[in-house]
Amino acid sequence: MYDIYNFVTGPLVWVSFAILIFGSIYRLGSMYALAKKKDAVSLAYMDWKFSFRSIFNWLIPFKALGWKKNPVLTVVTYVFHICLLATPILLSAHIIMIEESWGVSWWNLPDATADIMTILVIACCAFFAGRRLLQKDVRFLTTGQDWLILAIAALPFITGFLAYHQLFNYQVMVIAHVLAGNIMIAAIPFTRISHMLFAVFTRAYIGSEFGGIRKAKDW
Amino acid sequence: MGIQERLIEDVGLREGVSRLNEDSIQKTVNAVFQGETGARLKAYAEICLRCGMCTEACHFYLSHDKDPTYAPAAKVKQTIGTLLANGGRASPDQIYSMAQIAYSECNLCRRCVHYCPVGIDTAYMMITMRRICHKLGVTPQYIQDTAHSHSATFNQMWVKDDEWTDTLQWQEEEARDEFPDLRIPLDKEGADVYYSVIAPEPKFRTQLIYQAAAILHTAKIDWTMPAEPGWDNSDMCMFTGDFEMMGRLKRKHFESAQKLKVKRIVMGECGHAFRSVYDVGNRWAGWKHYPVPVVHSVEFFWELLTQGKIKLVSKYPGPVTLQDPCNIVRGRGLGDKLREVIRILVDGEIVETASNREHNLCCSAGGGVINCGPPFKNARVAACKAKADQLRATGVKTIIAPCHNCHGGLDDTVHKYELGMDIKFLGDIIYQCMERPEA
Repeated sequence: MYDIYNFVTGPLVWVSFAILIFGSIYRLGSMYALAKKKDAVSLAYMDWKFSFRSIFNWLIPFKALGWKKNPVLTVVTYVFHICLLATPILLSAHIIMIEESWGVSWWNLPDATADIMTILVIACCAFFAGRRLLQKDVRFLTTGQDWLILAIAALPFITGFLAYHQLFNYQVMVIAHVLAGNIMIAAIPFTRISHMLFAVFTRAYIGSEFGGIRKAKDW
Repeated sequence: MGIQERLIEDVGLREGVSRLNEDSIQKTVNAVFQGETGARLKAYAEICLRCGMCTEACHFYLSHDKDPTYAPAAKVKQTIGTLLANGGRASPDQIYSMAQIAYSECNLCRRCVHYCPVGIDTAYMMITMRRICHKLGVTPQYIQDTAHSHSATFNQMWVKDDEWTDTLQWQEEEARDEFPDLRIPLDKEGADVYYSVIAPEPKFRTQLIYQAAAILHTAKIDWTMPAEPGWDNSDMCMFTGDFEMMGRLKRKHFESAQKLKVKRIVMGECGHAFRSVYDVGNRWAGWKHYPVPVVHSVEFFWELLTQGKIKLVSKYPGPVTLQDPCNIVRGRGLGDKLREVIRILVDGEIVETASNREHNLCCSAGGGVINCGPPFKNARVAACKAKADQLRATGVKTIIAPCHNCHGGLDDTVHKYELGMDIKFLGDIIYQCMERPEA
């Protein structure tokens, strides 16, 4: 068991981050090359000002028409993304591990807060799953990939919660948690989670078209 | 529920798919994917989160008892999405359904863009699907007829060269009863304004040419119209997916203006033609913007009215509501100018529809949908129910719609839903209310 723990928290973490970093560079690089080759009539219209205008306006909750018309989904989406990104980065247990390995540390969340944020992520995932099952239009659109990324996002938090509260077998849970975290990191460039990489560009592009050519708002 | 239960018989689609098999389809589809699409399509297809936020944007969905198969992302899933997932393979029957969705169940109005958190342009996916259908030879018959007309005559309505000049001379003659010195100057070199119209104007809305001539004459504008092909700024080829012909049309339009060395082109009250000169056709022809300045008549009327070139003897009795045409408001930011023009012309308030300006709900006619003709008419008008509800809620009797497609679509809508409303072009109102120096 200890060997497995050492493996998933050691070499496997390196592998996951390598896949994340090199995979992301590869995906972004090849997508840019493809855009240059095939989408010149789109790239020509990219504009910094209108790109940031669009990104900025879409980051404000309830600003865009889409956010306004889907209020519950908006709240869940913001809570989900904030907690999903902030919790692992600001969790004391993670920071302690990094400090022990590399001697660097940063501010951490109180454990009770992190615990609540973990529960929030799991609750948000349950909400997304519920929508996929119950809301007709979303059910019609849902594919296997959508369930996959939902599972990839939920599992590190579910297993982390169980491990922290020492429910079931602690050692198994910790290993499962680290494994799930590794899978999530490695999955970013090669699943629909790649919206993390590409959404900023698709948003920037539509913002440029709307701002520069169509002279209208895209939010 | 679903496209299979609402298939509409159209001879163009039926004959088109009868010539196909799965292998020929796959070859063409992949030729388009590999030859003509790139990172845009790939990124859109990959990162669409299937969140369903775009669903509520679409008037087809809103007007059809919230049938999920009309959601923008659902239309993508049933067309381009299916082709991508199957390596470009589809049966002829599937292509029939896909063509019906792409040509007749999406107006390319781009309202869904305002709902998508990652900025996916569904209209681009639908245009790509139409491009595939065009290359497969599967196009609704009526709109294909207009595309053929473009190819043969450089106008949309099979107007022959002598008929064009005859019509202009006929309108000039008619107008001379009212404005004795009025002329419709043809092929005048170096004029300030080149006035371009869409072919349905000489074909069956000649009064619009009469009104435009009256307004330009009264405002003492140095203007001209071309005597030769190029005069039609419309572009049904853009909507059928015949991009080669779209490029030729735009080139012809601009070249006819360049040949006359005019200062700028003023376009009539049409939306899609405007889109084809600043957004689509120009790019295909290799112009980043356009080689001759172009203004829409909303901008032009705004100039005439604010500069005092047209004075009013009366104002049109309000209140009114207005239809923001997607291609000039969401597509070209003319919402403010349109309202300023209306405030000058109308005595009374503008009662806005619940969705307005760049968030406007579509008339359900644009994007080539009305041009798909009678087989699809009932479906198109049914999809305008949400719009009809918004119009009825304004409680007013006049809709101002500065776009031919909106105008035509709303005409059917007002009739079908018994709204009892009049629909006006800006030109109708200016012509009616302007001071006539010679009268």
